[in-house]
Amino acid sequence: MTHSAIPPGDTPFLIKGRNLRKTVGAATLLKNIDIVINPGEIVSLIGPNGAGKTTLVRLVLGLSAPSAGSLQRARDLIIGYVPQSFAIDPSLPLTSERFVSLGATSTKEAARARLREVGVPDVGTRMMTDLSGGEIQRVLLARALHRNPQLLVLDEPAAGLDISGEADLYRLIQDISDQRGCGILLVSHDLHMVMAATDHVICLNQHVCCSGAPAQVTRHPEFGRLFGAQAANVLAPYLHSHNHQHTVSGELDDERPEEAP
Amino acid sequence: MEDFLLRAGLAGLGVALTAGPLGCFVVWRRMAYFGDSLAHSALLGVALGFALGTDLNVTILIVCLGFALLLVLLQSKGALATDTALGILSHSALALGIVAIAMMEWLRVDLMGYLFGDILSVGWRDVAWIYAGAAFSLAGLAWMWRDLLRATIHEDLALAEGVPCARLRLIFMMLIALTVAIAMQVVGILLITALLIIPAAAARPFARSPEQMALLAAFIGALSVFGGLGASLILDSPSGPSIVLAAAVLFTLSLIGSTIRSSA
Repeated sequence: MTHSAIPPGDTPFLIKGRNLRKTVGAATLLKNIDIVINPGEIVSLIGPNGAGKTTLVRLVLGLSAPSAGSLQRARDLIIGYVPQSFAIDPSLPLTSERFVSLGATSTKEAARARLREVGVPDVGTRMMTDLSGGEIQRVLLARALHRNPQLLVLDEPAAGLDISGEADLYRLIQDISDQRGCGILLVSHDLHMVMAATDHVICLNQHVCCSGAPAQVTRHPEFGRLFGAQAANVLAPYLHSHNHQHTVSGELDDERPEEAP
Repeated sequence: MEDFLLRAGLAGLGVALTAGPLGCFVVWRRMAYFGDSLAHSALLGVALGFALGTDLNVTILIVCLGFALLLVLLQSKGALATDTALGILSHSALALGIVAIAMMEWLRVDLMGYLFGDILSVGWRDVAWIYAGAAFSLAGLAWMWRDLLRATIHEDLALAEGVPCARLRLIFMMLIALTVAIAMQVVGILLITALLIIPAAAARPFARSPEQMALLAAFIGALSVFGGLGASLILDSPSGPSIVLAAAVLFTLSLIGSTIRSSA
């Protein structure tokens, strides 16, 4: 894999968060989060529902501010973002090529080229309200790419796709990473897809349970506990016993061990 | 043509041309209720203007701008998340305006004129005021068109792309307040929102882009003004409600036209 991207500004990283915490009211959504995204790297964020994945994405995007900790962003960082859900008001007439071209100042022809790049060359003149879920995901990706981003943030990009559509999309993301060399932050709950197409995995459940290369993470005892418990979650509340040791990148220091109820 | 008719036509045209495009954003952003609340506050401006002896146009504008600021402030605090809260504020403002005007016993005010508009009595000074306001608000809308559109389509996406959504929303509310202040004389406080949203809704089925919809809405608004004025002359009906009815007729035609087209 060759990565040719030159980091923007004068920092080697695109995003660097240290000891991030996010609280809303009395609830702690995230604590002790360390996250680094480097140019050309695919960082995946996995975790069960309610783990705070989208909360962390919003911090990275600058849509909300951390309650504590430091979050650095490379200067003049250009971000392309694919939100988890997208619904356009039906009263707003908008073709998909216009939607894509709104991402950056450009011609319609350039917008059409992006649509070809993500594999939906024929939707350009169709209205956004007429597109299928899979087409919308690709149009969103085209808009993100149209900004020529240094960092691509994809929040559950495969949500609502069938298995083969999902596989196609992850292959596309891999291609984008290879060809453009931009950093990618990928949020997913699909373990198999993520593990195949990622450089660095952060396993999240309010805090960083474990992180590292896919092979490392899957061997981590915390990983098995977290995702093995997912099924049991349906019937009983998930019990997360805090007697574990964390790796260097997922260290857990000042938190008092929680007591099992 | 009679002078008063010329003034009425020009005043109505000025309001329709700015209410059409602005109204599209009101529809897209689902802010019809905000428009209503702002319009209701305009009567407070009338009362205040009479009480202080200040210029009515200016006082109405200042009160509307202040009310818009208050709404944005309350909304950003999350205290005004529901229609209920907005409804309380809106109707309280309207009631307060009516009570305040009634309390000033020395005044002989035609309340109906403020509630439903009195386009046939606008003077040249009013026409100038309307065109100044319309030009300013259209220029402002043109200036922020692209970014406001991005913020309207998907706010989080626009924010992540660096669009200053909060500032744009504030400016947009100010432009609505300005439009309400100038539209009040034409259709009156209770019917302003109609002039914002009905032409936009009528334009929707025939537009393939946001810009087409805005231009078409301005055109339909202008047609409504002339149609309503004409009807009011012939039938001797109240002018403001006639204009709104003309818009409603055009909306119905648009609905029928688009239904026929899609089933053909």
